[in-house]
Amino acid sequence: MGSARTALGSRLSTSRDAVVRRDSTAPCPPRTAHRTARLLALALVALAASCGGQAPAVSTSSDAAPARIVSLIPAVTETIYAVGAGDAVIGVGTFDTYPPEVASVARVGGLLDPDTERILALRPDLVFLYGSQTDLVAQLERAGIPYQTYRHGGIAGIVETTRSIGRRVGHAERGDALADAIERDLAAIRARVTGRARPRTLIVFGREEGQLRGIYASGGTGFIHDMVDAAGGENIFADVVQEAVQASLESILARAPEVILEFRAPGATRTETWAAQQMDIWRGAPSLPAVRNGRVHVLLDQRLVVPGPRVAGAVDLIARTLHP
Amino acid sequence: MTSPLASRLPFVAGAFAALIVAVLVAPLIGSSSINLARAFDASVPFDRNVDAQIFFIARLPRALAAALVGASLAAAGVVFQALLRNPLATPYTLGVSTGASLGAMLAITFGWTLPSVITWALPPVPAAALAGAMGSVLIVYWLARARSAGLSTTVLLLAGVTLNSFFSALILFVQYIGNFADVYRAMRWLMGNLDVSTYRQLVAPLPFIALAAVAFAWLAKPLNLLAAGTSAAEARGLDVQRAQRIAFFSASVITGAAVSIGGPIGFVGIIVPHLVRLVAGADHRIVLPASACIGGAFLVVCDVIARTLLAPVELPVGIVTAVIGGPFFLWLLIRRS
Repeated sequence: MGSARTALGSRLSTSRDAVVRRDSTAPCPPRTAHRTARLLALALVALAASCGGQAPAVSTSSDAAPARIVSLIPAVTETIYAVGAGDAVIGVGTFDTYPPEVASVARVGGLLDPDTERILALRPDLVFLYGSQTDLVAQLERAGIPYQTYRHGGIAGIVETTRSIGRRVGHAERGDALADAIERDLAAIRARVTGRARPRTLIVFGREEGQLRGIYASGGTGFIHDMVDAAGGENIFADVVQEAVQASLESILARAPEVILEFRAPGATRTETWAAQQMDIWRGAPSLPAVRNGRVHVLLDQRLVVPGPRVAGAVDLIARTLHP
Repeated sequence: MTSPLASRLPFVAGAFAALIVAVLVAPLIGSSSINLARAFDASVPFDRNVDAQIFFIARLPRALAAALVGASLAAAGVVFQALLRNPLATPYTLGVSTGASLGAMLAITFGWTLPSVITWALPPVPAAALAGAMGSVLIVYWLARARSAGLSTTVLLLAGVTLNSFFSALILFVQYIGNFADVYRAMRWLMGNLDVSTYRQLVAPLPFIALAAVAFAWLAKPLNLLAAGTSAAEARGLDVQRAQRIAFFSASVITGAAVSIGGPIGFVGIIVPHLVRLVAGADHRIVLPASACIGGAFLVVCDVIARTLLAPVELPVGIVTAVIGGPFFLWLLIRRS
């Protein structure tokens, strides 16, 4: 148990550079003049560098808990509900599906097509958006609407995000409790798989329909890699420091994975029948130990593709698949 | 005394030899080292022989796909340049590749599935690409015929260029409504990928390519006559309309088949024909077969670079052909003038 804690601790520190600091008390130069707002959007990269490799932080912070929150990010939306601030959510992104309550909340676009007019019309007092949405950031600045930017990081990022969102929406205690629970659950899973042989695992999150072609695998960084690592698997592309690797069939054959995990969000065409058909397609590479031993697993679960507060559940699912 | 044609035959033979050598050598090179003796050792069961699988599943089909696609695109380039009497024509000028791309984008974005009878030979994305290519061929032909009895190359060009822009706009629209991961994969398809992983995917487009090859063999002489202008060709007894029709359909069909295999890989269809003409003159009886062979060999080499340079990550082969082909073509342009 103690060693698992240490392992988690070291992971927290090693993947810190992938984490985005959203805390309004982050040691960034405070924004002073409104005129610089537009320049700020242009200077995001420079600003991030001045903050020690961290993304731009918050525009304004107020002491009162926000009562009208818009979140464009599924993972953040889940966290807001999980810390008990769901009642304040008045707008969510196109791809938000969880918790079920979001079905009745106004939609305000997504990463590439945020509906600025709609967002402004909702008169939010806090907007969560992606760090790359610089145009929207500039518009929120001009409108004087507080916002917080977000960038997907690894598991350590999820834990830290949970705490900072809890603080930001006025539910600091529940945020901390939730973050502690995630860490506790993850530590328990790590302890459970410690000492077990770590199967060499190929993690696929995209592939051309019906073919072993255009295979996108997880490299050695990011939340999907972290999840499999925590669940006791050895990512075969861990040496490639990218989140997504376009892997040739040759490199997969040469690296001979013992387990193949395909992570997909369930959808209209993504059914259990579809999942079963994917096993057949992998028979096209019969020398793979994973194929020979029937260890190709297509996992259809929303939690595997949303780096949010349900991460421990996702890691548990992976751990049970890797170590049945 | 040897005729000009006979004196050029060694060049064609050399080009053919280059293609064969490229296809034979390419499977020996890769991101991982394999034991050739073990790869060809029949006593080891295939489903346990990693070396054999890397050779026969990962590398050989790619080399064959590259040869087939490169040869098709280079030969189609020659025919389009002659048909449109425009040295800047490429296999993609008349909208065939954008039609194919639109088909592929739709299949990727909407996750189309097909009955297993079809997907056995042709998975959804290549099938949709082939259908899109053939659809755009028919549209361009119909447009070119609507204005005059014969094939007006001017209308052909205008219709093709317009269709290209129109389909590009539709592609942008499809990408706009698609979700992030699909758009990413769709973009990647547009950069070209020859990692076909099965021989089956080469079999389905093969009849189209074979049919076009037969047409090309017949076309060599008529294209020589057409190079002097349609009226001159007619004066020398050529059925110009028929020759144009055959040239248009065969070159379009072979382009569609090639794009369905590897995506819209650029530059092969323009630099290879020009390079060959520079060395071997303008006689299509030489230029057509030589371009096909050099085009195949060129793409095989480009694909070896694509799969080894950044291994284990793949480099899109379309980027390799562009990076090599673009500057080379500019150099050619300056050198000639």
